[in-house]
Amino acid sequence: MTDSVLYSVLLLVSLGVVAAVVLYIVSKKFYVYENPLIAEVDELLPGANCAGCGSPGCKSFAEKLVNTEDISSLFCPVGGNDVMKEVAAILGKEVVERDPTVAVLRCQGSCEVRPKTTEYQGPRTCAISAMVYSGETDCQYGCLGDGDCVKVCKFDAMYMDETTGLPLIITDNCTSCGACVEECPRDIIEMRPRNKRDLKVFVGCLNEDKGGIAKKSCSVACIGCSKCEDICPKDAVIMVNNLAYIDPVLCTLCRKCVDICPTHSIIETNFPPKKVKKVVEKKVVENVAVIKEEVIAESKNIKTDA
Amino acid sequence: MSQPIIISASPHVHSDRTSKKLMYDVVIALIPAFLVSLYVFGIGAFIVTAVAVISCLLFEYLIQKFLMKTDVTIGDGSALITGILLAFNLPSGLPIWMIIVGSLVAIGVAKLSFGGLGFNIFNPALVGRVFLLVSFPVQMTMWPTAVENNTTMADAVTGATPLGMIKEGLMFGDTMTNITANLPSNLELFLGLSGGSIGEMSGLALLLGGIYLLYRKVITWHIPVTMLVTMAVMTGIFWVIDPESYASPLIHILSGGALLGAFFMATDLVTSPMTKKGMIIFAIGIAVITVVIRLFGAYPEGVSFAILIMNAFVPLINTYFKPRRFGSKIKSKIV
Amino acid sequence: MLKTFPKGGIHPPENKITAEKGIKRMAVPKVVNVPIAQHIGIPAEIVVDRKDKVVKGQIIAKSGGFVSSNIHSPVAGTVTKLDLIIDSSGYKKQCIVIRTDAKDPSNFEEVENPLKTDIELEPKEILQRITDCGIVGLGGATFPSQVKLNVREGTTLDYLIINGVECEPYLTADHRLMLEKAEEIVVGIKILMKALHLKKVVIGIENNKKDAISLFKKVIKKEDGIQVAALQVKYPQGGEKQLVRAILGREVPKNGLPLDVGVIVHNVGTIFAIYQAIQYDKPLIERVVTVTGKKLQNPSNFWVKIGTPIKDLIAEVGGLPEGTRKLVNGGPMMGKAIKNTDVPVTKGTSGILVIDEEEASRGEAKNCIRCGQCVFVCPMGLEPHLLMNLSEKGMYDKASAEDIMTCIECGSCSYVCPSHRPLLDYIRFGKNIVKKLETSKN
Ligand code: SF4
Ligand code: SF4
Ligand code: SF4
Ligand code: SF4
Repeated sequence: MTDSVLYSVLLLVSLGVVAAVVLYIVSKKFYVYENPLIAEVDELLPGANCAGCGSPGCKSFAEKLVNTEDISSLFCPVGGNDVMKEVAAILGKEVVERDPTVAVLRCQGSCEVRPKTTEYQGPRTCAISAMVYSGETDCQYGCLGDGDCVKVCKFDAMYMDETTGLPLIITDNCTSCGACVEECPRDIIEMRPRNKRDLKVFVGCLNEDKGGIAKKSCSVACIGCSKCEDICPKDAVIMVNNLAYIDPVLCTLCRKCVDICPTHSIIETNFPPKKVKKVVEKKVVENVAVIKEEVIAESKNIKTDA
Repeated sequence: MSQPIIISASPHVHSDRTSKKLMYDVVIALIPAFLVSLYVFGIGAFIVTAVAVISCLLFEYLIQKFLMKTDVTIGDGSALITGILLAFNLPSGLPIWMIIVGSLVAIGVAKLSFGGLGFNIFNPALVGRVFLLVSFPVQMTMWPTAVENNTTMADAVTGATPLGMIKEGLMFGDTMTNITANLPSNLELFLGLSGGSIGEMSGLALLLGGIYLLYRKVITWHIPVTMLVTMAVMTGIFWVIDPESYASPLIHILSGGALLGAFFMATDLVTSPMTKKGMIIFAIGIAVITVVIRLFGAYPEGVSFAILIMNAFVPLINTYFKPRRFGSKIKSKIV
Repeated sequence: MLKTFPKGGIHPPENKITAEKGIKRMAVPKVVNVPIAQHIGIPAEIVVDRKDKVVKGQIIAKSGGFVSSNIHSPVAGTVTKLDLIIDSSGYKKQCIVIRTDAKDPSNFEEVENPLKTDIELEPKEILQRITDCGIVGLGGATFPSQVKLNVREGTTLDYLIINGVECEPYLTADHRLMLEKAEEIVVGIKILMKALHLKKVVIGIENNKKDAISLFKKVIKKEDGIQVAALQVKYPQGGEKQLVRAILGREVPKNGLPLDVGVIVHNVGTIFAIYQAIQYDKPLIERVVTVTGKKLQNPSNFWVKIGTPIKDLIAEVGGLPEGTRKLVNGGPMMGKAIKNTDVPVTKGTSGILVIDEEEASRGEAKNCIRCGQCVFVCPMGLEPHLLMNLSEKGMYDKASAEDIMTCIECGSCSYVCPSHRPLLDYIRFGKNIVKKLETSKN
């Protein structure tokens, strides 16, 4: 009895030894030379493997950085300028500094302002419902509310707001990797410059319908009235197909357009609040989740205003 | 219109068969066999079945609610079936705590740990049964006598199944003729007056249930027919060669878990292959393994093992026996 | 033994409640919204402008490419605007809105053209006429007919199959057309026989339309080379590939067309449209539409002008019944749910189906119980549960290797799944992505 135990133990041990030797030889034999710089660069990169740089992962981006002569067109949005500078230092190449950006949601069509006119039955993903039809509301440009963008965000920078049915972006977490922009079938999410203190002014609507139709489907829709275009001192507002777009480069954040928009379609974020009362209100709302994208506060303003 | 109209992708009509209905059809099909077992074993069969069913449902509820924190699906009928089938594979009179352990293994280990209904690889009831058989071999093979009022069979099967008797008899060098003399007749086997697990009793009742399932299109003929035919052919060959050391195919099919296995266990939707070709391969596999175990293995009965072994091959069978794609082979000729 | 395709298929309740209802002519609508994309392929190009007066049958949008089709004005009237209107795709699409001229007599005297059997045009002219008249496949796929008939030199083509199957539940448009216009359809068939130099034609009709089968048998008695085939009642018997397999036993290769096995398939409705185009130079401006639903007061079949808003049709059958939950453009298996009743009838609208709550809601999707039902019913020999899984997980390469592209979107799998899995939803999605990936690769 003890003999057989001994034999089996011996057999297993020797098997293990043989396997280890084989593995060692194989790994030696098939060793591929790799530029040590790649490992070094890879070390610097954030390791998020988010594909925001266009490469499938950090490692392959590191390879690309090492193997490309001119890396000025390559950029890691997650690491940002700091990381890129370090990379450039190691590789002795030039990088171009970029303005940090952040994702914004260009739709304010919450359940309240944009009534549902139909009911969708089927898999709840934006991609599939967009394939079937234009969504549960009468606006065929706005958010479908099934949260494909949230699912794809690797940095917990997004969540679905139950009350509005829209995704919210937590600006502080957003690395501007762009995954959500890619994913959204409606191209609702845009990368806009962060600016100082994260001040932003942008049109929160993509509805290209004529004014009346747009307004009927959603009360905060851009109706294409051109008032913002007229008032903008810097010509930053571009009107195409009944829809205003604010060029982030030209915009000086003067907020004239925000006030004049009759449907409150233009969103301003992180500006000091104008009315003291609302600050108090906001504090109460926000003491649970300290970081909250300002869009929600904004849309609340609109609701109380309207 | 009061409510908004619904939009969905085609098709806009659906058949009214639901998985729940399928499950309850299986339950209905098991009723005849249950009645027979009540007749043969009396209250013991009832207790075993009730305990198994209740503990299966309870474990499913508890695990889903408190451990997995998912939706509770005890209403879908699948835990109910697991309970019944587990009970049907146990001897009546098994200690209650063992039944509960068996149910826990069936539901907790074999079903829910794989992800619940539809994700389990092995038939949960059989896993429970085999677990008990391996852990408590003595109790699991203590076949109680049929209840008193059933005078015909009372002596003949005390403490042994027909298959067990054959195995034992052959081991001691007895000849088939002698053994068969002690066995219940084929007709008695068919009607259900022999020893064994609760649900294995009556070939007739199982056949009735099986026909109901076929009629309701819950199962197709592929698995049961292929399995039984293969078993008959294999055992038939041995029997023809040496009728003194091998039992007749009829005995093999009518006794033990062959019919229960063929109609109810092997055809379990989740753990059987999804193509007809695959089903045939699967059924042949079960039959071959069963016969090998029965004739040459240590256990008198092999259906449970055979089904579990073939369960493990189902993913492989599904990958290699695909339906023929339309248009993949052009055999048509243009005149 | 009735002919059928070998594998898969389902038999949903037929519900052909309008089979006995003769085709009525709908009153000319006050306004028509004519979409410029009514066919598969490139949308037509608008050639009229606001305020233009148009006469009935005038071209208002010209074919925009090879796979495209002309669009004609269904009424005499004035173009009021070029607007975006939701069509059955669920999205707003470019439409030409025409207000009917209440005084123009051509709008109101509908001449029932007498039967004309002599075919005067030469093959080349026939094909040209079909192109000019904007004929597309009226079975639902709306593939421009001239493209289908454009048989390159040297291609073997020996059979024309006429699709009178109408395997979709509820719909009876083709059935009624066959009963009422059998002789015209046979002339239409002869036109195609002449145009394509064909000798052999089979008309496939499902066996639940016995009256149509016997009628056609009578009408074709004197004709050479035309046969009628009674087919088993099984969905999707009317799928092109299934039909060719059922009637001739020829299997269209994967990703191939019936032409690859020497066959062309046309729907009976298309044949009738061709007949009218060739014999009377009448463009495709109206079609037969079944307006049906269990709760409707007065379901029936209608001759409807293209562009008629669906609400006009609904009004004609007694309005939407209480508790309506779904409107479908087409049949229940392959039709599209529409968003509102302003959606216009297009060349592909074979029926309007009004569904109530009970039929409309799809059960909650549960886990796949691996019952294999979807595999058994798939007429293309696919494994829908697997394809759904793969496209849900984003494994498109694998899905493509499992022949996802050969799915004909018949919906049999979703119909039959006892766990109410949205199989076709995901398969369609996967197909879209695979198609995109393939085009980007090339
Ligand atoms: S919100 Fe969008 S851009 Fe920002 S981290 Fe998430 S996926 Fe990337
Ligand atoms: S923003 Fe786009 S991806 Fe996100 S929920 Fe809305 S439609 Fe879906
Ligand atoms: S929809 Fe596609 S996968 Fe489903 S049954 Fe039809 S052909 Fe098969
Ligand atoms: S029919 Fe439904 S439950 Fe059955 S195998 Fe297919 S997907 Fe799974």
